[in-house]
Amino acid sequence: MKEEEKALLSARPDLAAIAQWVAPGARVLDLGCGDGALLRYLWQARQAPGYGVEIDDDSVIACVANDVNVIQADLEGGLSLFSDGSFDCVILSQTLQAMRHQEAILREMLRVGREAIVSFPNFGHWSARLQVALGRMPVSESLPYEWYETPNLHHCTVTDFEDLCRKISIRISERLVLHEGRPVTVMPNLLGSLAVYRSTAG
Amino acid sequence: MNAPHDPSSVGAVVAQKAQFASPIKLRGGAVLPSFELAYETYGTLNAARSNAVLVCHALNASHHVAGYYENEKDNLGWWDNLVGPGKPLDTRRFFVVGTNYLGSCFGSTGPASVNPATGKPWGADFPVVTVEDWVAAQARLADQLGIERFAGVIGGSLGAMQALQWTLSYPDRIRHSLVIAAAPRLSAQNIAFNEVARQAIMTDPDFHGGHYYEKGVVPGRGLRIARMIGHITYLSNDAMMEKFGRLLRRGALGFDFDADFEIESYLRYQGEKFSTYFDANTYLRITKALDYFDPAADFGGDLTAALARAKAAFLVVSFKSDWRFAPPRSREIVRALLDNRRIVSYLEIDAPGGHDAFLLEDARYHAALRAYFANIDL
Repeated sequence: MKEEEKALLSARPDLAAIAQWVAPGARVLDLGCGDGALLRYLWQARQAPGYGVEIDDDSVIACVANDVNVIQADLEGGLSLFSDGSFDCVILSQTLQAMRHQEAILREMLRVGREAIVSFPNFGHWSARLQVALGRMPVSESLPYEWYETPNLHHCTVTDFEDLCRKISIRISERLVLHEGRPVTVMPNLLGSLAVYRSTAG
Repeated sequence: MNAPHDPSSVGAVVAQKAQFASPIKLRGGAVLPSFELAYETYGTLNAARSNAVLVCHALNASHHVAGYYENEKDNLGWWDNLVGPGKPLDTRRFFVVGTNYLGSCFGSTGPASVNPATGKPWGADFPVVTVEDWVAAQARLADQLGIERFAGVIGGSLGAMQALQWTLSYPDRIRHSLVIAAAPRLSAQNIAFNEVARQAIMTDPDFHGGHYYEKGVVPGRGLRIARMIGHITYLSNDAMMEKFGRLLRRGALGFDFDADFEIESYLRYQGEKFSTYFDANTYLRITKALDYFDPAADFGGDLTAALARAKAAFLVVSFKSDWRFAPPRSREIVRALLDNRRIVSYLEIDAPGGHDAFLLEDARYHAALRAYFANIDL
């Protein structure tokens, strides 16, 4: 593994989980792809070709510099540029909580892709619960923003997300809950700070 | 006079002419027995001949893409802000070819050239040329320059149509296509604007059915109006408002029909300037070339099917303030490329310049082009 990949995977432990679920050669769509680091890694490590979708100018330019295919678009407008079933895997990493329409994007992901991988910070982690109990909005490693500067709009917990998936008939095939990069198997909604789901249309 | 000392300028350049002695059959059926293309080059073709980038121009520009002429130091190339040593399209790395299209009035064979059959200028008899014809002629130029395959072809607006057409006419001769401020075909509104411009020219009493050269006149009034109409579509409403607003030329309303507002005076000036250097017969043909461009037409309107034969990697760029070829028009191209699983990136730049934004130096736009060109393997 190259240095830059190591750095990527240690800085964003959910990406390691996501990467292991992407089959070699799979066609990937990465929504909110940032500078394209995950796509670049998936191409190098898995020979998985893909496209990123990103709205931020600097990130889009960084993708071009990283030689990653990027489409500049607002995810809130849906994925109308992409045809039904055109991807093996659609990824939304730590972006769900910053969107306005969770249901819509999840449906869109499973329209254009066979499989959706979603990661988000778990608001059910005990430290978040404790801070709220003490009368403060939580700030932590996985929730690094003060309430007045956060891009996040819709926080959820592991349980909340699974409820939504049931409601809109999304089948969860695998779940990985992490804390400080390590899997949490006991009481994940309390002890995990980051959740990663693999799902298909139900 | 600043250009000679500017290390990022290609410096003094010389326009060249390529002669093609064998005939070219045009899409409309006409045959030109021979033709010439005016062109300029910047940088050096490498030994592998793998670093050539073709720059295609839009409506009123020419092969003079970068640098200046020794005897006309103020005459900077139209894309000088993009092309040069250290610029986004870096002439230290790439061999850049600027070419003038067939039917132009800037040196390539066109309506003002002599028709070998009559010994007189072609005038109205010069055939209607299309984007496909231009690309076919450019391929002949590439042959002559020893370029088997372009590293890239780049253009904005009508130039972007050529960059796209290259991937369809010669899929194996282009590695990267940079399609900027484009549309995959004109809308009814686009065609409508072109038709008004053509009518302005053709109803000018000095037009003489296109045979005005021999009368010693030019349909200047028609050209002026055509340019004024065109110019309105190149600028965004916001850019026009910011630049001119409702500013009055004379400080107060004149209650007459002189130009009251600065925008009127600006359009008159632009029209006047244009009519002194542009040829009306060329203008008619370029607008037709725009109207006729529609690669999907042969595929029942299915752009995805039309682009299936493209092999190049694409960079598609649109500008949010461009209402002539607005971002949804570029997205049609992107969608068709995605459906074909082509390598494509798409940028939608929030620049204020309208359609003309592709000519301007927006930091994000140029950063993206710089990054894209830097990643092209030679």
